[in-house]
Amino acid sequence: MKHDPKASHCQCGGKMSRRGFITALGVGAAGVAATGAMTARTATAKETPMIPSGEMARIDLTVNDRAHTLLVEPRWTLLHVLRESLGMTGTKAGCERGECGACTVLIDDIPRYACLTLAMEVQGRRIVTLEGLMEGEKLGPVQEAFLEEDAFQCGYCTPGQIVAAEGLLRADPNPSSETITRAMSGNLCRCGTYPHIHNAIQSAAGKRR
Amino acid sequence: MLPNFAYSRPRKLTDAVAHLADAKNGRVHAGGTDLIGCLRDGIFKADTLVSISGIEDLHGIEETGDGGLRIGALATITEVADNALVKERYAGLAQGASEVASPQLRNQGTIGGNLCQKPRCWYYRGEFHCLRKGGGICFAAEGDNTFHCLFGSDDVCYITHPSDTAPNLAALNATVHITGPEGKRTVAADAFHMPPSVDVQAETVLRPGEIVTAVTLPPPPRGLRSSYRKVRARRSWDFALAGVALALQFDGDTVKNGRVFLSGAAPVPWRSRPVEKAIIGKKLDDATIKKAAEASVEGAMPLAKNGYKIGLFQGAVAEELAKIAAG
Repeated sequence: MKHDPKASHCQCGGKMSRRGFITALGVGAAGVAATGAMTARTATAKETPMIPSGEMARIDLTVNDRAHTLLVEPRWTLLHVLRESLGMTGTKAGCERGECGACTVLIDDIPRYACLTLAMEVQGRRIVTLEGLMEGEKLGPVQEAFLEEDAFQCGYCTPGQIVAAEGLLRADPNPSSETITRAMSGNLCRCGTYPHIHNAIQSAAGKRR
Repeated sequence: MLPNFAYSRPRKLTDAVAHLADAKNGRVHAGGTDLIGCLRDGIFKADTLVSISGIEDLHGIEETGDGGLRIGALATITEVADNALVKERYAGLAQGASEVASPQLRNQGTIGGNLCQKPRCWYYRGEFHCLRKGGGICFAAEGDNTFHCLFGSDDVCYITHPSDTAPNLAALNATVHITGPEGKRTVAADAFHMPPSVDVQAETVLRPGEIVTAVTLPPPPRGLRSSYRKVRARRSWDFALAGVALALQFDGDTVKNGRVFLSGAAPVPWRSRPVEKAIIGKKLDDATIKKAAEASVEGAMPLAKNGYKIGLFQGAVAEELAKIAAG
């Protein structure tokens, strides 16, 4: 893994391994050498190759405006890559099944669950995590509002709550109370700080104006 | 960590079809919200994922030449719920889409995936080798069947179909567009889902290697009003305990024609012909609504623990008919 700010946004998932290279060649060769014994099925040439099971692929991810080029297994989720490959632990692993919201990130400004998103799927998209809401060492307005309104207790769901709130405010800078409730309905808080979270978002909307 | 799989994300539908045809046990990845969860939980195995998310032609919602609407299979549930044309002309579908799961899942899940999703029976989703997973027994029949069906089990499998968009697409006479190794074909939305008596291990009529590419809606007929009501235990995330999708053509106050589908009722979106019969040709006055509500549970076969759904359906149908009558 390396950080390369000038990395191109290759969407092909170009493969690095020798075995993958040979396999891809093999498919092409079969296309050329197809005989009566080979079915048309195996001979079909494809523009985008298959990455064999267990092999890694090189991808370009843009996280918080920084371009990263890294090797991933296709089965790795964005949550896994953020935390384990990039060391960005602001995005939390909760249920890892799309039922809690702790892993919420913004993808092209839209809140999504990183636990149900394969890293391969978000090449060329703008990914924003909790870390990306900081303004240098200073907290962003939503973070500040959560702190001021005491909008957390144990804090585990908080990054997901803050990112979901940020997504809401980017789409709707003046949300009604009902809109806030609906937009935040994909994030659970087991400490039950919902009323404070609600207040924090109203306060954050004011701070962002 | 998910189990290993081969993966490709082609830009062309022909590539996707070819990759699926090559795979021994391939699965289509669209939004991935259901697929990734199922793989993580080992509900089924996949040696190959063919992601169609990079195929530009499968995105978008646009008006068709005949005044209908084409919704690309990759249109997200949020895009369907928020689309101005869907809201204006096919309100029931917009309402159904807006009631799906949670905001994040609606932002990622697609209309094609919503039609193809796996059932939510807790035996199917749990560590039970049930009929639907190739086992020899349905555990819900004698087990905890609180969230199971009232209709259409054929005494085989008691799931309820989890989609909120499917009953609306069926009510609105939508068509599902499919491409596979044999070429293109279409299936009416009301015939897209598989009754358990025909094939208990399939949820849809898709054949191996086939991909849903779009759904189309016919131009709204004159006097069309559509709506969807979903009753659930909590306001977010949850699946329908009972739901009703209405697509009715009014002539003044009279229901000239219409289609009514129930969600949370059966293993497939369930067409309620008794409700249709009770309202077609009638004005939706109190007496007609009462009859229609009773008709909605005609032929229901409650299990040990889901009898409460009888009242839910009657209430939901009555309330939704009163609402649609008021315009």
